[in-house]
Amino acid sequence: MNVVLAHLNAYVAVFLMVTGLFTVVNRGNLIKKLVGLSIFQTSVYLLYLSPGKIIGGTAPIIADRYEIYSNPLPHVLILTAIVVGVATLALGLALVVRIQEAYGSIEEDDVHRQSAPGEARQGGANGGEAP
Amino acid sequence: MIIANLPALQVVVPLVAAPLCAIFRAGHRPWRITLAASWAAFACAVALMRRVLDEGTVSYMLGGWEAPLGIEYRIDTLNAFVLLVVTGVGAVIVPYAKRSVESEIQPDRRGWFYTMFLLCLAGLLGVTITGDAFNIFVFLEISSLSSYVLIALGRDRRALVASYQYLIMGTIGATFIVIGIGLLWTMTGTLNLADLASRVRTMEGAPSVLSALAFLTVGISLKLALFPLHLWLPNAYASAPSTASAFLAGTATKVAIYLFFRFFFTVFGGENFVSKTPIPEMFLVLSLCAMFVAATVAVFQEDVKRMLAYSSVAQIGYITLGISLGTQTALAGSIVHLLNHAIMKAGLFLLVGCMVFRVRGFRVEDLAGIGHRMPLTMGAFTLLGLSMLGVPGTVGFVSKWYLGVAAADLGQWWLVGFIMLSSLITMLYMGRIVEVAYFRVPSGAAATATEAPAGLLVPGLVLAGASLWFGLDTSFSLGLANRAAAALVAGVF
Repeated sequence: MNVVLAHLNAYVAVFLMVTGLFTVVNRGNLIKKLVGLSIFQTSVYLLYLSPGKIIGGTAPIIADRYEIYSNPLPHVLILTAIVVGVATLALGLALVVRIQEAYGSIEEDDVHRQSAPGEARQGGANGGEAP
Repeated sequence: MIIANLPALQVVVPLVAAPLCAIFRAGHRPWRITLAASWAAFACAVALMRRVLDEGTVSYMLGGWEAPLGIEYRIDTLNAFVLLVVTGVGAVIVPYAKRSVESEIQPDRRGWFYTMFLLCLAGLLGVTITGDAFNIFVFLEISSLSSYVLIALGRDRRALVASYQYLIMGTIGATFIVIGIGLLWTMTGTLNLADLASRVRTMEGAPSVLSALAFLTVGISLKLALFPLHLWLPNAYASAPSTASAFLAGTATKVAIYLFFRFFFTVFGGENFVSKTPIPEMFLVLSLCAMFVAATVAVFQEDVKRMLAYSSVAQIGYITLGISLGTQTALAGSIVHLLNHAIMKAGLFLLVGCMVFRVRGFRVEDLAGIGHRMPLTMGAFTLLGLSMLGVPGTVGFVSKWYLGVAAADLGQWWLVGFIMLSSLITMLYMGRIVEVAYFRVPSGAAATATEAPAGLLVPGLVLAGASLWFGLDTSFSLGLANRAAAALVAGVF
């Protein structure tokens, strides 16, 4: 039990990681896949942030009153990673909107059935200047 | 001043040019900005290569912050070589983009296409040039996010699905890479690659370091489409606009392979660490699978661009084969194949783009008899096809020869046989196109097709010429590849 409690942060992170990946693989709904992907990415934030925290540590302030401080580097890194995650999610959702417009569905099976080779060659989601 | 800041300029020029394209979207201005930026980037890469050859490894501290704490750009022969390949392919493709984008993409989206193209270029150059592990992830995502958009701008609605699939797979890959980097960081407390290298070597066999290696391997494999993780690639390359297919096929996977070299050999010290894990054996099996399974799948493709995409997966197999052998000769073969495959595959995609521009179809039958109507295009295509086979006098021969020699040095003669056998499969799928193009009666749009406009044709011919040039005069490419491989084997960075 002590082993579990001592590494609780790691267990939580791994649980979220596996949950997210499982959702991506298992769900056919394109939005739910993106939700899973977000959970997966978020679990990594925990993996970075939790080892940086020292109990009783403060922000890195140079003053006599403060001796122990937590490493600020993971926070900086994860801020960047969060931005990347937000951009990915936004782009993914935008693509799903376009897929819904082009196919009339956001279920993976429907979409794949419609885009099978030989069928629907003239989808025309983007078109371009067709001759 | 400019010379001292070259490493920063290499990334900053395309990165600043990208929003300029978004602001000045009207008319030909985005294309002109892209042309200037991509040639400036190429000039930077050439100047950097000269500096590396003169002075050895170039180190640049961003903002003047000293190395392990600040972000360092560190360029040795390998980096400089990959920078040359990426910017070179970019510089050749941009002149082609003008007509190609006009015919494939709606007017209001053209400016955005160039914005994404430049962002992708900036991201790829950033991944290559940086000496900081987390910086690699950030630049990798800049290039990936923009390439998702490039692919989604493709020819029909299937491009959207291909882009979505690539986004899911690519993000999982990138997240695995961050996990790997995070584990390395918790173990060593540093993100600087050179610093990491010196610290990781003292931690041989630590479970966290091993799992970091595992996460990095899987993540990078996803990005470079190593055999069982390649499923996103054929759809993405097949549906992207011609310009984007050629650019991504020539550069994106190459940069991911560069990460393998960097992490396996520089950070984890090749011989001492990686060869004690099952990675070399695993790579050997997966590379052979890629060379045979993906090539066989390519034979049965109806869509020319899909065929070339599967062929890319097979060709990546040759490069990872060199990594799995791990000797200096094998690595030199892999590194030189980075350049060779970039030339061949970018060239093939550009020439297919020329044919598609005229016949407006992507299927093999649409190209019936096109060899008589577009002799220059098809002649160059055939030349690059021969190069893919590995006919002596072309670039494809040089890399296959080096891989074969490396395998023979290790006494693995069966592997030499397999390399030759896989060339036979290449002959099947490339030969099929050549047969259809020359020995069938032109029908449909192909019957009235004429050579594509010079703007489209010349870049393809340039790359076909390059495949001959670097096939006959190997002193430049092989000289650099040997130098880079020697540094990798010695673990010097």
